Amino acid sequence: MPFEYLDHTADVAVRGIGETMGKAFCEAAKAMFNLMVDIDQVTAKQSLDVLRDASTPELLLVDWLSELLAQKDLTGLYCSRFHVSIAEQADGLHLEGTAWGERLDPSRHSAKLEVKGVTYSGLRVVRKGKEWIAQCVVDI
Amino acid sequence: MSEILALEQISTVEWLLPASGDMRVPGRVFADSQTIDQLRKDIAEKKEWNALRQVQNVASLPGIITAALALPDVHPGYGFPIGGVGAFDLDEGVAVVGGVGFDINCGVRLLATPLHNRDLSDVRDRLADDLYRTVPAGLGSEGKLRLKPEEIDELLQQGAHYAVKRGYGFEEDLATIEETGKIVGAEPGVVSRVAKQRQFKQVGTLGSGNHYLEIQIVDEVLDPEAALIYGLEKDQVAVSIHTGSRALGHQIGQDYLKTMEQASRKYKIPIREKELVCAPIRSPEGEQYLSAVACGSNCAFANRQVITHLVRASFARVIGAGSTPIRTVYDIGHNNAKIERHCVDGETRKLLVHRKGSTRAFGPGREESPPAYRQIGHPILVGGTMGTASYVLRGTALGMEKAFGSGIHGAGRALSRKKAAKKYWGETIKEELAEGGITLRAHSLRGVAEEAPGAYKDIERVVQTTTKAGINRPVARLRPIIVIKG
Repeated sequence: MPFEYLDHTADVAVRGIGETMGKAFCEAAKAMFNLMVDIDQVTAKQSLDVLRDASTPELLLVDWLSELLAQKDLTGLYCSRFHVSIAEQADGLHLEGTAWGERLDPSRHSAKLEVKGVTYSGLRVVRKGKEWIAQCVVDI
Repeated sequence: MSEILALEQISTVEWLLPASGDMRVPGRVFADSQTIDQLRKDIAEKKEWNALRQVQNVASLPGIITAALALPDVHPGYGFPIGGVGAFDLDEGVAVVGGVGFDINCGVRLLATPLHNRDLSDVRDRLADDLYRTVPAGLGSEGKLRLKPEEIDELLQQGAHYAVKRGYGFEEDLATIEETGKIVGAEPGVVSRVAKQRQFKQVGTLGSGNHYLEIQIVDEVLDPEAALIYGLEKDQVAVSIHTGSRALGHQIGQDYLKTMEQASRKYKIPIREKELVCAPIRSPEGEQYLSAVACGSNCAFANRQVITHLVRASFARVIGAGSTPIRTVYDIGHNNAKIERHCVDGETRKLLVHRKGSTRAFGPGREESPPAYRQIGHPILVGGTMGTASYVLRGTALGMEKAFGSGIHGAGRALSRKKAAKKYWGETIKEELAEGGITLRAHSLRGVAEEAPGAYKDIERVVQTTTKAGINRPVARLRPIIVIKG
């Protein structure tokens, strides 16, 4: 199961699982967009690039997801495919990511709910055996 | 766990969580035994997100005064519990992003129409369809009032006044909005460009999730004197608009979460949970955040003002001249942080009061209430679920004393969205509501399932609890007949 949702009473905790930290970030992004629209219906027609630096993996995850949320309103792009590479640097981590998606089309996309924000609650980026887990609560 | 087990029962509806460990003050929970049992169960099951632990976390923040509070609609949030209140000393205390959340000044506006239940019997479907078409709602919806970059700054400073200036509503509306729909101290320079850009197309949109537009009937008047002052009578048609500051507020929350994360380290503030990152109220970061919250609040007031205008237009199209005037009864937020005067141990002090999923509920005599309501206190607007009643309450002197003048904001969730979506089916909920005389128009059936009435606590019980605790008093019960969901 590359992404899953954890039980939270008012909002939703998204969890991405992957072989690398970058892949776990991609799955967390899929989990987030899949709350808003059925991502299987979203075609990779347009792309956007995300560059981010942060001092910890956790803060980098929030930056990555929140940038995608902001871009959703600025460009209208709902994304379903992601690529992320993360490199260590002197003062933390550097992320280079690409997201592919398309504008919302009510005739083809089943709209669900809007994600308002990416919280620090339940925020975790950890390696468990061979897998990386990237998770946090998103506000609905 | 021992600290949790020490929960002391004060009365059937009031519980004390004594200060222990790094808690600076106790927690005080206004709840019935059923809610307390659920909160205890969450602890016993080691749930990561549980409201009692969140009360403890808030109680451990610097400068908190008297107690960290949870009101009867309490349920787990992030940072603060939902239904949570925390008041802070201005010199020693902190401003907390997790005490407001992303949907800054999310709230409810109540409109009163001159119509009675019988007036809608032949036009209900037409009105539902017209409202559904007229009020932008749901994912990706765009508002009719488009803003240019220079215009959004004026909206952030002027709030509902700006919407009226642009032709959305009337001057009379402003008199009965919390703080007249314009919070002072809103400096647009503290709001990021991205936050403003995200809002350009979202002014006057409803959003999704638990937001709604409802046409309601005043089902029962419970306090005739107050209802008369608020202008509500039995069988009257009312309108409730539940929405917030949309993308602008969301981005302010996101931006300042990052600012506060850095500030918490800079000022070496011990925090129990990451989401409670904060800055001293008197620091540049704290002051800028509170100014940004004022901007977000004004944006929310403007949104509800624009939607008010759209609702009036819909009524005029479908019903005609008989639908006027549609009057703003009140407009009040339930995610906010405000500097207020409160009496603490016999001394009047200015405090920063965070309310997350809680309204201001000032009792009689406060100058912050509109003159028309000052004698009895302003209305508290409590949203129900799409299948159950909403309530109008009012504040009390005891609520001023024990709860920093705070009120409940809704029923409070009982089931997670994940569990609700598994248990309920949107189409079935729609049919069940129809059988109960409620017309639903929704942009997302998945959203309907997650917001199913059964996913919430019983609002009647929540209202009874807050009444019994003496902190809020019921004025009128409203039942929905048309529900528009995002």
